[in-house]
Parts: sequence; structure tokens; C-alpha cells
Amino acid sequence: MKIYLPLDSVAVALGADDLAAAITAHASKTGVQVELIRNGSRGMVWLEPLIEIEAPEGRIGFGPMTLADIPALFADLAQHPKAVGLVEALPWMAGQTRLTFARCGVIDPLNFNDFNANDGFAGLARALDMTSSDIVAEVTASGLRGRGGAGFPTGIKWKTVAEAKAAQKYIVCNADEGDSATFADRMIMEGDPLTLIEGMAIAGLATGATKGFVYIRSEYPIAIDIMQKAVLLARVNGVLGASVMGRGPAFDMEIRVGAGAYVCGEETSLLNSLEGKRGVVRAKPPLPALQGFMGLPTVVNNVISLASIPVIMAKGAAHYAAIGLGRSRGTIPLQIAGNVKYGGLFEVGFGLTLGQIVDDIAGGTATGRPVKAVQVGGPLGAYFPRALFDTPFGYEEFAGKEGLIGHAGLTVFDDSADMLAQARFAMEFCAIESCGKCTPCRIGAVRGVETVDRIAKGDTAAIPLLTDLCATMKSGSLCALGGFTPYPVLSALNHFPADFARTKEAVE
Amino acid sequence: MLDTATLTTRTDEICAAHLGREGALLPILHDIQAEFGYVPQDCLQQIARALNISRAEVHGVVSFYHDFREMPAGRHVIKLCRAEACQAVGADDLSAYARAKLGVDWHETTPDGSVTLEPVFCLGLCACGPAALIDGKLTARLDTAKLDEILGDLA
Repeated sequence: MKIYLPLDSVAVALGADDLAAAITAHASKTGVQVELIRNGSRGMVWLEPLIEIEAPEGRIGFGPMTLADIPALFADLAQHPKAVGLVEALPWMAGQTRLTFARCGVIDPLNFNDFNANDGFAGLARALDMTSSDIVAEVTASGLRGRGGAGFPTGIKWKTVAEAKAAQKYIVCNADEGDSATFADRMIMEGDPLTLIEGMAIAGLATGATKGFVYIRSEYPIAIDIMQKAVLLARVNGVLGASVMGRGPAFDMEIRVGAGAYVCGEETSLLNSLEGKRGVVRAKPPLPALQGFMGLPTVVNNVISLASIPVIMAKGAAHYAAIGLGRSRGTIPLQIAGNVKYGGLFEVGFGLTLGQIVDDIAGGTATGRPVKAVQVGGPLGAYFPRALFDTPFGYEEFAGKEGLIGHAGLTVFDDSADMLAQARFAMEFCAIESCGKCTPCRIGAVRGVETVDRIAKGDTAAIPLLTDLCATMKSGSLCALGGFTPYPVLSALNHFPADFARTKEAVE
Repeated sequence: MLDTATLTTRTDEICAAHLGREGALLPILHDIQAEFGYVPQDCLQQIARALNISRAEVHGVVSFYHDFREMPAGRHVIKLCRAEACQAVGADDLSAYARAKLGVDWHETTPDGSVTLEPVFCLGLCACGPAALIDGKLTARLDTAKLDEILGDLA
């Protein structure tokens, strides 16, 4: 009997390791031969821990599993109380276009042969037969834009690094996924780490970089462990090292661990951190592409950008670019979180409306109460009210509504949410995490908390002050932390004015 | 109390293991904290000398990052997620309950030295919150009952 049980952080946080022990114990007690594979997560978080058993017709799912549900796995499976049917046929799975996450949850993430047998390294193999400028052209033609949130065309960034003259160049993968509601980077690193390594190796071929770093946040202990093992695996099998796959130039990489600073997700701050310094933001220019890590030309890309490269190279730029909406090409792994009935990761072409995502895919709130607001793009993203649910998911479309898609995380709140409290939190978070380099962010965020507190006490004169402060932070901050904190604050204020209209009498 | 000889020897060994790496300071500090449970003031000068930077620079880095402790923590460390996705499913109420029950505020340790309570901003468990990291172990779908059970096991 072949049993799949995720090693993904979600499954582990919900007891997967205890379930694994129980399966092994039960198997030896009953004398049943069990092959237990710890796979990545399929991304259906409401079903986690999700156990899958291989059957002639496909993999059958059982979830959410508890210890009490284990013995019944060794009886008539059709009668199992947690059976959900064929996993691939579930509407959540069938409705997706899985390109970047095609193998996540399917394969054993640390089985090299499993990866190879499922189209692994097809993109790298093709890239090895191409010139570096052809690889860059292919990535540019795919329309891939930075999935970390900034949306800068990946191919253009690579071209800048490729054309820079230097003895040493670097590929730095930004795995400091600190935005609340985002977990796509974590899921791919835990569920299909070799894809990321393959993407980084291709980036090395394209730009002439021979050294890579993955900077992973310390809050992701399982992702760090899996990535470290995957790098060793890739090195032992000759993918990384003195010659990529034995026929390319040199490329090797290291896993580095952050230390709990949100601002290090900003690329220049990350580079300083990687150099062993305080994670303080650098002014741009110079661009990291020209003067990045150790002052040398450096590609800094998000995990999902790099992990999407192999499938783009394998299937061709045209295949990827054919999917999407407007200038947002390809697929985006939506991360649906917070108060939702069905939460998790849903990879799909750009273009679904916010309403389709929240109402149809996520099924509304877990509490069953009406949706009040959806914060899109993490702590620096705007709160969207139901009135804007017709906004299609795309970079320009969200920017047009005073919002951003960021790293494509969506946090759903029901009608019990207090939007003034959310605005206050945005300022408080910015104050805690500010690197301190620029004044609008360092001081502005502290003043922001105080100003929101005045509004909470019924001082309506503080409202224009808050708006003014936000304008200063937006245009005067060095990076997106201070510059984008106004998005959640102003969207809360503009779309939910009732929550800010507190009378002095009511407060007193 | 750490004895000085052990501190000096281990700090030397840890520095030596990372020397020559590009940007060795963070890996060194992570190892120091893993070894001693915090970053003792007494090893800063030694690290500075090994990397040929000033003690002030090392201190600057230690104090910048939330992860590095300048004092030992309690026997157990509870990190409760305070970020938005967990807020949407009751994290604020849960953390208020935890603070009241433990009788400590954020970043404080119970008087008996058993538990240190810290905030964390996102563990990537955003569709199954509220989430927490208890002594390095992830847990999710927390409520007051589950938290009571965890606290009971720690005591």
C-alpha cells in the first residue's frame, strides 16, 4: 500500500508527524506492507492533513485526518469517513492551471528520480543547448514579471545582469516571504525544491552568474531543512557544481537564513543582510542588477519567479504568454487565507475577478458571516470592499483601484472586522519593522499609530492629518515598507468610513 | 552561568567554521544563539576580531534582528502569530487570553522562568490560523482550549 502524507508546514502544524508514526505503527501491527511517502501539499488547506492512497484509478484523498481516522485506512476505503474521492478530480484541483506547482504535492520532494521522471530538468536541458541571450529572450517573451510583488519584467532584469561586465555575478533568490497570507514560496520550497534549484541554474546560464543564494526567513524551519537537503541532492547528482549537469558552466548555491526582520524581503535590505550587515535599505540607483551582492551584478528574484522559469523553458515562452490578462501573463499562485471556508493555494491564469476568487473558489467565510473586506497583497496591500469585487486579478487592474496584487496573498475578513483597528495595525507593523533609514517610515509610522488613536477617540480633525501623513510616507519613503503602508490605511479609511466615524460621546 | 572558557572556545570554533564565507556574520550569530540560547555580550569582541570588523558593527547587527536575543529566554518560547490572516480568525483574542493567562506581555518571561511569550509576524500558515511556533514546533488552528493543552504540557 502506497500512502502519501505531506511534510508541508501546514500538515505538520496540524499533526502530520504523529499521523506518520501512527500509520507505521498500525502497519506493523496488522502486517500490511506500507510505503509511506512524505510529499508536498496539494494546497487544499481545509483538508490538511490530507492523506492520499494510490489506487488503480488514481490517488484517493482522505482529510482532514486525525489519529482516530488512521485504523480505518486499513479497512474498506470506500467506507472511510474522511474519504474525499480522487484528488485530481476535486473541483479545487480540476479548476487550476498548474504550471509552477505541477509537481507540488505529487512527487516526493527529495527523490531525484521522481523529479526527473516528472519532467524535471527539461527546462534546464533545453537552456543548456541555447545561448545566454536566447535564454534571456525566451524569458522576456514569456512576459514573466516579478512575483514578489513589484512586477518588474524578469527578462529585462536578467538582460541587465547578463550585459554587465564583472568577474563574479550572483543569483539571489528572495525567499523572505514575510507578507501575511502568502505561503507559495514556502509550499514550493517544501514540495518541489528542485524546481527552484533548476530555475536558479537557468538564471546562472542566462546571466553568467556562477553563485547563487537562497535567503529563507527563519520562520520557515521546514523549508530551510528541505532546501538544504535538495541542494546537496542536486550537487551529488551533478546538477550543481563545477559544470551544470556535466555540460554547462559552473553554478553552485547556498541556503542562508534570515533573522526575523520583515524589511529584509526588500531586495536591497536583503542584500545587506546577506552580506552580514544590518538589514537597512539601500538607495537606488545603483540597481542591484549592476551593484548588488558585494557590489557586484546580481539578479534578485522571488522564489516563484525563479521556480516558474523551468516550465517556461520546457514548454516555451509562447505557451506561458498565451495565458493571462493584459500585461499580466502566465499563471499566478493565489494564496487564499484568513477567514475563508476553503483556503489554500490555487494556481490559475491572471484575470479572475476578486469576487470569483472569494465567493466561488474560497466559498466565502469560514464563520458563514458576510465578507467585509479582503486585503490583497499582504500587510502593504489595500483592503478591498465588496463594491470592488469585479476587479480582475492583474498588476495594472489592481493598481487602477489604488491597490496591488503583491505576492498574490488574499486575507478575507468577515463583518466583525474593525477597519480602524486594521489601519492602526498597518501603522504599528510598519513602526515595528521599519529599518530606520528614512524618516517618513521611521517617524511616520509612529505618528500614524498616534493619529489613528486620536480618530478612535472621536477626534475627526485627525482624519485629514492621517491622509496627509500617508501622502508623505507614500512619496517620501525609500522602499515599499513606508511607501506602501498607506495602502491598507487609506483603503480602510476610504472604503469603510463608518469605522472611523467614532463620536466622542460613544467613546466616553 | 556560562563559564568563560567554554564561551571562548566555542565562539572560536563557530567563527572558524564560517570564516571565508561571503557574509559570515549572520550564520555565525545563528550558530552562537543555537549553542548558548542567546548571543552573550562577551563573545561580540571575539566575533568582531575574527571578521576584522568593529565590536559596534557586531552589536549593530545583533540588535537589528528580532531573532537574536541579548538575554536568555525562558525554558519554553511561545511565538504567537499576530499577522493579518491570523487576526481574521481570532488571533487578537487568543493572544489577549495567552497574555492574561501567563501574566506577561509580549517579549516577557513568566516570573518562574518557564515561558517567554513573543509575537511573530507570519509563519506561512495563513489558511489555518491562528498559528504559533512553540519551542520551534509549528502548530495551527489554535483556540483557547488547544492553547491551554499546550501550556499544560509545557508546565
